[in-house]
Amino acid sequence: MSPHLGPNVAQDVSELVEYHFMVNALLAGAIVAVTAGVAGWLMVLRAEAFAGHTLSVMAFPGASAAALAGIPAAWGYYAACALAALAIGRTGSLRGGRTPAPRGEAAAGIALVQAAALAAGFLFLSLYGGVLGDLESDLFGTFLGVSDERLITLLVVGAAVLAVLAAIARPLVFASVDPDVAAAHGVRVRALGSVFLLALGLAVAAASQVTGALLVFSLLVGPAASAQALTSRPLASLVLTVALGLIVAWVGLGVSYFSTYPAGFFIATASCLVYVLARLLAGLRSRRGGPRARLPAAEPAPGEVLA
Amino acid sequence: MSTSGATPAFELRAASVRLGGTTVWSELSASVARGEFVALLGANGSGKSTLLRVLLGALALSAGSADVLGAAPGRSARAVGYLPQRRAFDSGTRLRGRDIVRLGLDGDRYGLPLPGRRASAAARARVAEAIELVGASAYAGRAIGEASGGEQQRLLIAQALVRKPDLLLLDEPLDGLDLPSQAAVAALVAHISRSHGMAVLLVAHDVNPLLPYLDRVIYLAGGRAVEGTVEEVITAETLSELHGVPIEVLRASDGRLVVVGAPDPPAHHHDRHNRAGAGAAAHSGAHAH
Ligand SMILES: Nc1ncnc2c1ncn2[C@@H]1O[C@H](COP(=O)(O)OP(=O)(O)OP(=O)(O)O)[C@@H](O)[C@H]1O
Ligand SMILES: [Mg+2]
Repeated sequence: MSPHLGPNVAQDVSELVEYHFMVNALLAGAIVAVTAGVAGWLMVLRAEAFAGHTLSVMAFPGASAAALAGIPAAWGYYAACALAALAIGRTGSLRGGRTPAPRGEAAAGIALVQAAALAAGFLFLSLYGGVLGDLESDLFGTFLGVSDERLITLLVVGAAVLAVLAAIARPLVFASVDPDVAAAHGVRVRALGSVFLLALGLAVAAASQVTGALLVFSLLVGPAASAQALTSRPLASLVLTVALGLIVAWVGLGVSYFSTYPAGFFIATASCLVYVLARLLAGLRSRRGGPRARLPAAEPAPGEVLA
Repeated sequence: MSTSGATPAFELRAASVRLGGTTVWSELSASVARGEFVALLGANGSGKSTLLRVLLGALALSAGSADVLGAAPGRSARAVGYLPQRRAFDSGTRLRGRDIVRLGLDGDRYGLPLPGRRASAAARARVAEAIELVGASAYAGRAIGEASGGEQQRLLIAQALVRKPDLLLLDEPLDGLDLPSQAAVAALVAHISRSHGMAVLLVAHDVNPLLPYLDRVIYLAGGRAVEGTVEEVITAETLSELHGVPIEVLRASDGRLVVVGAPDPPAHHHDRHNRAGAGAAAHSGAHAH
């Protein structure tokens, strides 16, 4: 078979969905787009991209530990991401107190977790003594090899992550933008931060099965940052994040099928394109002086507040 | 004043706090009754914010005891409203002012709100009411990061008010507001305190905008506290005794108080534009205007 991207999109799409592996790939892309989109939206809101990046790096120690233990690489990745999330959560609470560590201190802790994890990965790899298989698809993603079993794992992980995030969404958002008041209202700010990192770690591990470990951010950050640039209404930007994620994942996977390049490459390219377009659109709107860019014509007079 | 029974809004008995090895204040006894409007005054570093954090249950006492709404601090979180000192949102925070106020109402709840229910409409009405009350309707629909410092402050006051708490702890709510807004917010808080029987402890550096409304003041200095009415506390004798240096209190013809000679913080600590010209010696009063 030598697939060709023809001018007739309908025909191209029908060719795509003829193959079971491609249907699986598109379903996996959808699960990952929704899970990573929602987790990424919260990550962008919390300005925790560095933690997210550190979690994506866990592919290396995860894969090498899995090779050493003789288990599938994906399992190693899920476990490494979860462990790293717990470790980052711990470093944030070493100082005591109820509110999160200041940003610089948190970043130092995350950086050290990352360095330690990479060192562990190197150790596992030299103990294993071999070469990691499927390196390119682990790093850059693939539409091949999403077995039914892998798809079901993705579905279970994705559903669990979304259920946890839905349960903690409100206090988590409160703790993210306003930790002092949230703590005063009885929100367990730091515990929620750790639970979120765990959910984020699982979302990152899931997303890397489609985009590859190096390009996870294309689904984690791209759609969320684009949506947040376009609207500050929380529900609208969340829905937009998921919609953009689905478009980016499916277009990337579809185009990858007709070419020789890995899926992650096209997904990342599409994601960057969407972000640039969103920024341009947001910039254009604020320059035009849309309703949300204009200041109110007059402040209410001070006496009016009691009226 | 529905619940103005025997229990005070809060009570501190011979309370002491240590932070980083030093005692911030000790043997402090103070209480505020239900529905009372009290200002907490004192120089920078005298421990005003620390006192609020104790009342919130965020900081433990090293000696003495504290009751808040008849329970241990932190136990009645739902009935306490809190505005922390000087917070600015990151300019990239992509939530609307209205969403920030809403978090004050039910942001501590787990699970997702069911859309379209009567409870959700009531919550929205409550949020809109609080925003209206502080006069922030014009910009509540914009991203909070895009609002000016004073606009953010108003929205945060709405956030602290939205639950109609029994005890409202405001840490320098007038900071960063222009003079008419200071007067308006002081009037607003006093009005709500009266109409809802809400006790208010308001941290301030300038007592003047609050003078028409205050029931009492608590003045912190040198690790001790004095409480009483403005006439009892803001006097040359009391303040000189508290600070251990001679202090004069002048009363302008319009009733404003000017405190002269109180140990003043370094000028850079007071980078607020509306008070920058207040002069080195004027502390608990004295506008440059
Ligand atoms: N975490 C801490 N560790 C050590 N000392 C602290 C800590 N937090 C506050 N302090 C000290 O406690 C004292 C009281 O601080 P606090 O913030 O209560 O002052 P304040 O009266 O609110 O002052 P301001 O008017 O500047 O807000 C200060 O001397 C401060 O340096
Ligand atoms: Mg303070």
